[in-house]
Amino acid sequence: MAKFRKKKSGEQQAINTASLPDIVFMLLFFFMVSTTMKEVTLKVSIQAPEATELAKLEKKSLVTYIYVGVPTKQYQSMYGTEPRVQLNDQFATVADIQSYIAQERDAMKENDRPKMTTSIKADYDCPMGIITEIKQALRKAQALKINYSARQKVEYN
Amino acid sequence: MGKRSVPEVNAGSMADIAFLLLIFFLVTTTMDTDSGLSRRLPPPVEQEETDTPPIKERNVFTVLLNSKNQLLVEGKPMRVEELKDATKEFILNEGRDEKLPEFNQVEIDYFGLYEVSKGIISLQNDNGTQYAKYLMVQNELQRAYSELRNELARRKFRKDYADIEDEEQKAIRKIYPQRISEAEPKNIGKN
Repeated sequence: MAKFRKKKSGEQQAINTASLPDIVFMLLFFFMVSTTMKEVTLKVSIQAPEATELAKLEKKSLVTYIYVGVPTKQYQSMYGTEPRVQLNDQFATVADIQSYIAQERDAMKENDRPKMTTSIKADYDCPMGIITEIKQALRKAQALKINYSARQKVEYN
Repeated sequence: MGKRSVPEVNAGSMADIAFLLLIFFLVTTTMDTDSGLSRRLPPPVEQEETDTPPIKERNVFTVLLNSKNQLLVEGKPMRVEELKDATKEFILNEGRDEKLPEFNQVEIDYFGLYEVSKGIISLQNDNGTQYAKYLMVQNELQRAYSELRNELARRKFRKDYADIEDEEQKAIRKIYPQRISEAEPKNIGKN
């Protein structure tokens, strides 16, 4: 009866993992292409307000950011709890904005300069006083294209 | 002559390396595309020009926002939810009301001679106004314009404003130009 012996059922066949690196590489390339490194570490806490009529900021290289908000916990002892302006990696005052914009503009290519956009990323609870001051500074710096950063809101009514 | 075989490189750890890189990019990636409300600031004025022609009262839609985030539109208190419709009514002026803005006859591509409203929206806020509220008002004003443009695009081209050609969009923008003027800031009612 040895002829019809059952196949050994105990040993399970191992799954072929030869294509695993390919899959992983594919994912890797996807993330490498779509990734944008975080440029700055935020020192102010920002919760963006909500809006519905959003326009996307197309080219990252044309955008200059101004962050406005209350300093985060570890900086509160030094900078207080009033909303502050952050440019690049450090705290600044509204008076610094003009030179900051000029500096950013100089770093751009000649024909990109008119397309320069300034994105104001401000906390929803900021008083308008500081925002208005920033706007006036931007006007003086001839950075007239601005964008109030906001999150998409679920449509009402 | 003994045949020397080239030793194969062991690629077993390739997956591990790739995984490591993958995890690194997964962690550092931020997928958010920035978006927000786009606006154009007026160019700076060197001196206060005194001889600018005055704008007629009927052509101005005054929106005031105070430090308690209350809205005053054309002298009447209003909720934000009503602002969009009030703005549309002001720009359209369907009944050709004496109190609502006048119209200019302008030659426009695709449309021919068309009546364009002379209305201007004047937005003024207080230093103590909450930023979120201000943005909400800006958003509502923008929404009024988008809806007007969309309605016109659907009537004329049977398509949404976003789907029509650039030239057509330009024509519609000429009919409904977005004229929001922001007054120089005042500091009233601060406490």
